[in-house]
Amino acid sequence: MSRAATTSSRTNRTAVRRRYSLSSVLYPLFALLYLLCAHSAHAARIGDISETSLSTQALRFFTFQDPSVRYALLGSMLLGISCGLLGSFLVVRKMALVGDALSHAVLPGVALGFLWNMSKDPVAIFIGATLAGLLGAGAVHLIKQTTRLKEDTALGLVLASFFAVGICMVTMIQRLPTGNKSGIDKFLFGQAAAIGAADVQLMGVVTGLAVVVIAVFYKEFLVTSFDAGFARAVGLPVQAFHYGLMLLLAFAVVIALQAVGVVLVSAMLITPAAAAYLLTDRMHRMLLLAALFGMAAGALGAFLSFLGNNLPTGPFMVLAATTVFAAAFLFGPRHGVLARWWRQRSRAARIQRENTLKAIYHVLEARNFQGEGVSLRELAERRRETEEEIQAQAAALARHELATLPGEADALFLTPAGWQTACAIVRNHRLWELYLTHTAQIAADHVHEDAEKIEHVLGEDVVRELERRLNYATKDPHGKVIPAVPVTLESKPEATPGYGRG
Amino acid sequence: MGFLVATACGLVGNYLILRRMALVGDAISHSILPGIAVAFLLSGSRGSLPMFIGALVAGAVTTVLIEVIHKKSRVKQDAAIGIAFTSLFAVGVILISLFASKVDLDQECVLYGEIAFIPLESSVELAGLKLGPPSVVRMAVVTLVVALLVGLFYKELLVSSFDPALSFSLGINSTFVHYALMAMLSVVVVSAFEAVGAILVIAMLILPGATATLLSNRFPVMLGLTVLHAALSAVLGLHLGVWLNCSLAAAMVVAATFLFVLAWIFSPEEGLLSRVFKDRSGAVEPRCESAGSSE
Repeated sequence: MSRAATTSSRTNRTAVRRRYSLSSVLYPLFALLYLLCAHSAHAARIGDISETSLSTQALRFFTFQDPSVRYALLGSMLLGISCGLLGSFLVVRKMALVGDALSHAVLPGVALGFLWNMSKDPVAIFIGATLAGLLGAGAVHLIKQTTRLKEDTALGLVLASFFAVGICMVTMIQRLPTGNKSGIDKFLFGQAAAIGAADVQLMGVVTGLAVVVIAVFYKEFLVTSFDAGFARAVGLPVQAFHYGLMLLLAFAVVIALQAVGVVLVSAMLITPAAAAYLLTDRMHRMLLLAALFGMAAGALGAFLSFLGNNLPTGPFMVLAATTVFAAAFLFGPRHGVLARWWRQRSRAARIQRENTLKAIYHVLEARNFQGEGVSLRELAERRRETEEEIQAQAAALARHELATLPGEADALFLTPAGWQTACAIVRNHRLWELYLTHTAQIAADHVHEDAEKIEHVLGEDVVRELERRLNYATKDPHGKVIPAVPVTLESKPEATPGYGRG
Repeated sequence: MGFLVATACGLVGNYLILRRMALVGDAISHSILPGIAVAFLLSGSRGSLPMFIGALVAGAVTTVLIEVIHKKSRVKQDAAIGIAFTSLFAVGVILISLFASKVDLDQECVLYGEIAFIPLESSVELAGLKLGPPSVVRMAVVTLVVALLVGLFYKELLVSSFDPALSFSLGINSTFVHYALMAMLSVVVVSAFEAVGAILVIAMLILPGATATLLSNRFPVMLGLTVLHAALSAVLGLHLGVWLNCSLAAAMVVAATFLFVLAWIFSPEEGLLSRVFKDRSGAVEPRCESAGSSE
């Protein structure tokens, strides 16, 4: 119980901190939004501009000459924020494809909203699409509960059938005499240029709502997402939060439709959030990063689609988000592919060094520790490796100041640190062998392989515990002495092998 | 044509459902778009061979991409699917709208497909027999090949779908079966693509199989039901489409959905109605009985 209390107080603190950081992001945005909405000039749509060069288009974009540019940019950024925030929850809940299903399922609602008064009335479309989205989410739930079909099939079913109904209606509308110029087909791939003042207002409201709801119920969303059992135990209405998230998600999908299009909304939900997921382990940072990435992708997509005339916006936004994801995937400091590869490489190098040191110890032990240096030829015979390989290993030891190669560089002399590491490795190996034969009753000739691996990862604490359990034994199962690690020599604790190094 | 598409898709789709890969089908049906676009740009024609190759390559790239993102980072499989196919689809849409707008490979056709235009094509004659329009012939060949492959490798597909460990011990290479299935999926999707469009393919993949799953427990019966469902939804869908004057492909899917809902409600074993009756008559039965049947 006390642990639960500390957890909740900690999440509480994070929530408070997050509320501050969010509001600091939000206020300037809202200020910008109101400025733009006050400006109710109706200028030419971006698509109307014909044949202009790239540079003039870029200039027009950056100087924000026409309001439509500002609307498009602002709308794209707002939708990026809301999608990034809500998508984060989808990604950590492993529900990424629910976003996909939901985004396809809203299409019949869009078409219905359009049919309501045969125009692109944002409010009617918004209501219709939200209803359709919720209906879709409900249908997935129902299919999952009442049949033996699995979740992925249920998602696919709902996605496909709702989308088909939607396409049916869209094509019907397009074949109506008035429907042809309606631009309802823009909902499929998105055209940020079609965003008007009313749309931006709606986007602002929805994004604000999403931010406020998430900030206020941050703790609850966190708990229900990561530990539904615990949430139920402390009396949180898990289902209600699930449906609340679905409702917000439906809102976000609907506002994103115009700019990104039905088909690619799911990418705006998943990709920025997944990129953020690779970069941090803290949920509040992930939310901030995802919102930031979403915003950047939205802005970049709007810009690129503006450069070429009449290009669909959605695909460019998605590609911008994918680029961010690819960068996080490759270069992420902790979970990136390169970082992992580097960690694996340096671990392999450390194990190699430690094995060489162990071989040196064995050579020294074989001649009862007479004489100081170990010639490379002796080492090569011991490890059954070629001279070149041994030379490379010796150079690696010298680089790490574990041994010196004086004179003609044909013999290795261990430094105090090298000697200490060598002793520690051999001690680990023999202690582990003794532990396996003694406590786990494994035959003495079967324990070597296991000890070969474990010797590199045993930490000091484990070693102390092993020594205690084995009554500070001095001989391993093969009758060899378990060396003590000399601590008197300028002791460097980090020179002993164990977790968390290199 | 609609029947052929639905049959081929349904047969492959059954395995996707069994393997819980329904959404991989969705992913591949989206992501073959850049493959087709690139093949079209390189070859400059809408011939079937470059399209097939492009789609196969794109399908393979998607599968590999999902695996790589999933295995090499801590992103879960569902998110990996979402990222991979949306990116590829975006590339495809951009390629088409940038380069292909002047030619006859247009967005609309790629997305919805136009089954209605097929009768307008001139028919192919082989050995004096009128076989029908070329796209129908192509689809028929693909359907036959799929049916043949499913028949020949029935055991392998079944075992590796239900019990990968057993299939490993029997010496069946599951990875190979997996990639072969993906290749088959790509071929089916690309050939169905012309008729029903990139997006509605997913409906054709999942709906027949899901309906059959509700109606039967036996796999051979399921495959048979799949074909029946395909035939019914094609006929009903075409009538519906003509009646409502909307996209025929979409109408087919709507009809298929209607059949699924019927199965959902009236299925003898799993249906909502039989469930209600069971609950009523099962009031005196031990509780665990009904709990077991709801699985």
